[in-house]
Amino acid sequence: MKTYIQAIAEATIEEMERDETVFTMGEDLRQSVYGATAGLVERFGEDRVIDTPLSENGFFGAALGASLCGMRPIVETVTSFLWVGMDQLISQASKMRYMFGGQAELPVTFRIRMFYARGAAAHHSDRNYPIFMNTPGLKIICPTNAYDAKGLMKTAVRDNDVCMLFEDGIAISSRTEVPDNEDLPGGELLVPFGVANTVRAGSDVTVVGIAGGVQHALDAATILEAEGISLEVIDPRTLVPLDMDTILKSVERTGRLVVVDPAHKVCSAASEIAATVAQEGFWSLQAPIQVVASEQVNVPYSPALEPLIYPTPEKVVTAVRAVLD
Amino acid sequence: MELDKQQLEEMYRRMCRIRYFEEAVIAIHSSGELIGPAHPYIGQEAVAVGACAALRDDDRIAGSHRSHGHPIAKGGDVKRAMAEILGKVDGFCKGKGGSMHLADFSIGILGESGIVASSVPIATGAALASKLGKKDFVSLVFFGDGASNQGSCHESMNMAALWDLPVIFFCENNGYAITTSYKNSVSVEHVSDRASAYGMPGVLVDGQDAIAVWEATNEAVKRARAGEGPTLIEAMTYRFEEHSLGLDRIVKSRYRSQEEVDEAKKRDPLDIHRAAIISHGFATDAECDEIEATEKAGIDTAVEFARNSPFPEPGDLFDDMWATPV
Repeated sequence: MKTYIQAIAEATIEEMERDETVFTMGEDLRQSVYGATAGLVERFGEDRVIDTPLSENGFFGAALGASLCGMRPIVETVTSFLWVGMDQLISQASKMRYMFGGQAELPVTFRIRMFYARGAAAHHSDRNYPIFMNTPGLKIICPTNAYDAKGLMKTAVRDNDVCMLFEDGIAISSRTEVPDNEDLPGGELLVPFGVANTVRAGSDVTVVGIAGGVQHALDAATILEAEGISLEVIDPRTLVPLDMDTILKSVERTGRLVVVDPAHKVCSAASEIAATVAQEGFWSLQAPIQVVASEQVNVPYSPALEPLIYPTPEKVVTAVRAVLD
Repeated sequence: MELDKQQLEEMYRRMCRIRYFEEAVIAIHSSGELIGPAHPYIGQEAVAVGACAALRDDDRIAGSHRSHGHPIAKGGDVKRAMAEILGKVDGFCKGKGGSMHLADFSIGILGESGIVASSVPIATGAALASKLGKKDFVSLVFFGDGASNQGSCHESMNMAALWDLPVIFFCENNGYAITTSYKNSVSVEHVSDRASAYGMPGVLVDGQDAIAVWEATNEAVKRARAGEGPTLIEAMTYRFEEHSLGLDRIVKSRYRSQEEVDEAKKRDPLDIHRAAIISHGFATDAECDEIEATEKAGIDTAVEFARNSPFPEPGDLFDDMWATPV
């Protein structure tokens, strides 16, 4: 069993060993403040493990520029710091390839720690992947366990487009079985983009979980199992590309859909999935779709308030009862 | 000066090419064929040409919204540049980028940027790749006096100086950020004065004199290639035309006097370079006339090529989104 952070660290080391053009940059990497970069500088040297100044727009752009000239940067950052670098993420990272008629290859992986539900208040609790889904040209990856974290991260580093890998702060301390390379066909763990994982098979209600929402869905499934209600839990794993086929096929069988998303509910990943099912799977539906996402309010500091805004297993249970009503 | 006859003539050739290209764009705008905005480079030709004359083909450049001069100076094909501006499939970017986003990666043109200063971190990253990959190419980024106030400029200069990156920060100070005088937006007398704050050399140069620009850039390139880090060059120049085509119909009042514009036009960079190479015996009047005639004809050919090039097909809409297909 490995933690999510161990899985990310393993993927980083394996990819840096495999390909000398891979390097890492970010803030406080050498001291491994965010846990996944311990020992990298001793192993790979200061050229390949770069502690940057606090200049997100500058070093996001520098990673992009380096990627245009043959390098494959892995950039570590935090969701709330993305705002500081939005010019580079939106005006350059997402648009450069298309705008230049396909000339640009931008093999950059942004590893983005998503802290929330920890009393960090509004400036350090962003779950902002839907904003980047709304921007064409970025691949959005949301691993929810160590296995996927390692396999998706390795796929991201080898991908020739800009990949934004959101590391859910609730999932990062979870432990999952991650096979050793020698036990894998091909000798390594690669998880493809755009292939949803049916985490739990079921027959009554389809529950799609995004990021930390997957665990809430699984917890709800356990609670409801006692009542004889069977949930099918789907983890899309990547939001761009998004495997709608798996979701639509599941809804075809269950006729009911709940989507659980820790992002704010307006224009969220959940609302996009709900809208697509409403449009393309309408005749399969036997009840209105329910969305369990964060309330449309800023994240409050007080422990008396903060837990109220996020999805919980209990909220998922309530939503499931509503679609079965 | 280490420039030879061939180089000096080539510089004049490219300056003429930019001038006539821009005159053709203005004519196309007048005839209603131009699709989007365009920002003429007329008056600033010596900057791009002087700077790019100091670069190799594998050196990288990036630029800004005033975007036609840089790629032409770097050796970009004017036929493909014009086709791009007309939104045609033979354009540099297959008609997907347009005037403000010309790019030709095959000769080191990493692209112009419609967002000012946004290409400064990109060029800094190109220099980082050169250093990390143990290559010896340099990168040079053009930006204006207005862009010099963007945070990305300051962040990039700090990183480049900190890491001794082979990048040349090239500020084209044409006096105005659209209508705002640099005197009302830059806190120091010269943008190049800021270099000392980052611990790199700052060089002020006459941007109307292509040879002076080459000399300053050549020194900076030597430093960069030797691993001695970045340089900030500020070239004082002037745009002879309005900020963008058609803006004269929008601006409410004159933000620069006719006298000022007339005075600046007396220092036409083409005239200055032509006079310099003739007076130093590198070229004759007849040779310069020949260059002008050839370049005029080349632009006529480019316009014809661009007009004859087809528009992209609707089926091309989703192409070029991904390098690794989804």
